[in-house]
Amino acid sequence: MAFELPRLNYALDALEPVIDRRTMEFHYGKHHQVYVNKLNELIKGSPFVNSSLEEIIKEAEGGIYNNGAQVWNHTFYFQSFKPKGGGKPEGELASVINNTFKSFDKFKEQFSNAAITLFGSGWTWLVKNDSGDLQILQESNAGNPLRNGLIPILTCDVWEHAYYLNYQNRRPDYVKSFWDILDWETISRRY
Amino acid sequence: MAFELPKLGYDYSALEPHIDARTMEIHHTKHHAAYTSKLNDAVAGSSLDGKSIEEILTNISSASIAVRNNGGGFYNHSLFWKVMSPNGGGTPLGDLADAINKAFGSFDNFKSEFSNAAANRFGSGWAWLVITKDGLKVTSTPNQDNPLMDISEVKGTPILGIDVWEHAYYLKYQNRRPDYIAAFWNVINWDEVAKRHKG
Repeated sequence: MAFELPRLNYALDALEPVIDRRTMEFHYGKHHQVYVNKLNELIKGSPFVNSSLEEIIKEAEGGIYNNGAQVWNHTFYFQSFKPKGGGKPEGELASVINNTFKSFDKFKEQFSNAAITLFGSGWTWLVKNDSGDLQILQESNAGNPLRNGLIPILTCDVWEHAYYLNYQNRRPDYVKSFWDILDWETISRRY
Repeated sequence: MAFELPKLGYDYSALEPHIDARTMEIHHTKHHAAYTSKLNDAVAGSSLDGKSIEEILTNISSASIAVRNNGGGFYNHSLFWKVMSPNGGGTPLGDLADAINKAFGSFDNFKSEFSNAAANRFGSGWAWLVITKDGLKVTSTPNQDNPLMDISEVKGTPILGIDVWEHAYYLKYQNRRPDYIAAFWNVINWDEVAKRHKG
């Protein structure tokens, strides 16, 4: 069964001004779509032809891993947003964030700093382990924490394609605005 | 002596339409400038203070990650501006042409190997033509690493490099990295590459 590009729950211009329509057109319509297409090509005749994305992320190497993880990462990223988002986490996630990082603001600061300082292309993650403990990670390129048995809660794409049309070299401005479109109801449910 | 952002030998618009003026200006005044100032911060007061960039890079395994990333960024972009020219393009001549034919069979073979290395570098990085102890080789490195570094898989002296960080082409080419790579061949300054080959 071939993988498909998942639908967005909002219009391409719905995240403006944080993420502009043109960035979304390329990011979702080209980059995400091409990862899906390449993955489908690469798994043909490979041991992963009937695998789930999660199995591919845990077991594959090279191009199959890179494209499989990028499909998963972008789906997860786009599903973390809603128009007029923002605010704070809810319920259990809110209290674990407070316990782990002292406060939501401290968490925000640490996560932002991890996103700003990740060198090159990659993803910043908030993950939980088997015991429910939270951790912030920087992963290069397609890096996905599922590979190490961790559960992703939140991610920020810091490949330049995620922000360059609107922010160019000003990655800190993109990371700062990123908080204004988060859908904390969805993100909190992941915990 | 602090490292200084080198001037370009041409206007920001000089490489149009292959590389647009806005990309050139941001790439030089923002990205390259930031690598330069961060490199200076990272070496200030350390044992690396006063060493040449080549000396720092060839011993990079003993330096900090900040020196590796920013020292690489400083050197790589300095080379990149030099190996491009508004009067570029065409094919190399003389000894360099011979060395390329010897190593790759033909210029077209070299062109396709170099283009593939640039297109297939996943994420941010560079593709290079390198003088190694076994002759000329094509390789690619992640992020701001380069073949001078003692940690590089293929070690040697880079004489041609293409930046495939998305910031090098995204404003004009977006996801079409292969189009940017194809356009790069029109601006390669073969005289400069030949000079670096001669050493």
